[in-house]
Amino acid sequence: MKSSKYFRTSVQFLVALSLIALALIGTRAAPAAASASREIDVAAAADLSSALQELADTYEKRTGVAVKLSFGASGALTQQIQNGAPFDIFFSADMDYPKQLIADGHANSSSLYRYAVGRLVLWVPNDSPLDVEHNGMDVLLDPSVKKIAMGNPQHAPYGRAAAAALKHYGLYEKVSDRLVLGENISQAAQFVESGNAQVGFVALAHAVAPAMKAKGRFWIVPGDAYPALDQGVVLMARSPHSQDAKAFLEYMKTAEVVAVLRRYGFGLPEPETNSK
Amino acid sequence: MLIDWQAFLLTIELAVIVSAILFVIGLPLAYWIAFSRLRWKFLVEALVALPIVLPPTVLGFYVLVALGSQSPLGRWWQSLTGHTLAFTFTGLVIGSVLYSLPFAVQPFAASFASVDRKLLAASATLGASPMRTFFRVVMPLSAPGLVTGVVLTFAHTMGEFGVVLMIGGNIPGVTRTVSIGIYDQVQASNYASANAMALLLLVFCFAVLAIVYALNRRAAQKAWTMGPAR
Repeated sequence: MKSSKYFRTSVQFLVALSLIALALIGTRAAPAAASASREIDVAAAADLSSALQELADTYEKRTGVAVKLSFGASGALTQQIQNGAPFDIFFSADMDYPKQLIADGHANSSSLYRYAVGRLVLWVPNDSPLDVEHNGMDVLLDPSVKKIAMGNPQHAPYGRAAAAALKHYGLYEKVSDRLVLGENISQAAQFVESGNAQVGFVALAHAVAPAMKAKGRFWIVPGDAYPALDQGVVLMARSPHSQDAKAFLEYMKTAEVVAVLRRYGFGLPEPETNSK
Repeated sequence: MLIDWQAFLLTIELAVIVSAILFVIGLPLAYWIAFSRLRWKFLVEALVALPIVLPPTVLGFYVLVALGSQSPLGRWWQSLTGHTLAFTFTGLVIGSVLYSLPFAVQPFAASFASVDRKLLAASATLGASPMRTFFRVVMPLSAPGLVTGVVLTFAHTMGEFGVVLMIGGNIPGVTRTVSIGIYDQVQASNYASANAMALLLLVFCFAVLAIVYALNRRAAQKAWTMGPAR
């Protein structure tokens, strides 16, 4: 009968599919057991995406230790760590999330230090008519500005800084209906870059990163307009690769790394006076 | 605030509008897929199924770029209305229609294809126009598939997250849907609020699905007992 032939073909198909699946599982399990390659897993705030990628590549070439990076909003990453994400190191965009992780036992308190100070900028694409370099915050009141992108203040430190800066200049109430919130500072940048928002609060580190440098102009929001974006890093208490992770943190303190971070627009504490 | 009611109403509104739009554009598209003999039909079928495979965030990113002022479509809309489509409710509707397209079209097309062709021929020989045949023969016989398509679209849009995250901008009352609201509450460690909203979403969607499937079952039984006897 016709239907029994169909049945046989589909059973054959399913058996073949299962065999392929089993073979794939086999190949995945084998090298994981044999491999001795060293790696560390790093969770990092979205403003570090370009700088840390460069540092990780350099470090891997030099030491053979692979640095695997996961970027996101600091609040989101904290949440993941509290729920058991197996990271070794967490670079936050503020000091509060690392302290929170230390308080609830997820991070090693002696490892906390301030590795950089972030800076907030107001960014527009090159083809924008807005003269952000000279007019600064005033461009937000320009009638051509329909949407203003920023990070979500609920869980992105740069979003919090942007909200504080808006309040500092007495603009928050005037523009609140035009704010669009990115999940993290990178997404806020993406909103402006794609032309969906006309202007956005992004990290200076984004604005000067190779991928965005040629695409836009910016104005650095003065540091007195928002609480300092002190960024802290901590070692996880249950770090699966704690020796390699500690070595990477030492590398982060070297003059070479400090120079790279400076190039990406991070303000930095003087060497040896890291604690605030 | 334990439950963000505004986000709930907004999400239900979005899901209802998207279901209605997909019902209207899904019918002709599914009809074409079910009955066309064009050789290149499989390409259209693959295109329609694509949102199932594409990660919602990728789909959302493409929509964001397509709606933005860098794209011709985005510029055209901007010259027409003075603002971009992203971060608006209309933008969400467009993104959701793309995202849920296969969930409407596939059940529609499958049920159209299963209609006995002899009945269509009989209807034609009795002088009914193709349009009349479609509304009087094909659609009633495909009713369960049509209901399934609409319900899947509704449910899929209720729980949509990635696309809204990419193109919404999290504006209360405009683009903050329940799933985004729940995500925000989780990120802010307000677990009680996140739980309450998630539970409400779950109960609501379960109730809607249960009611629709119960009605669908009764309707199918009725059609079965009435159909051949007459």
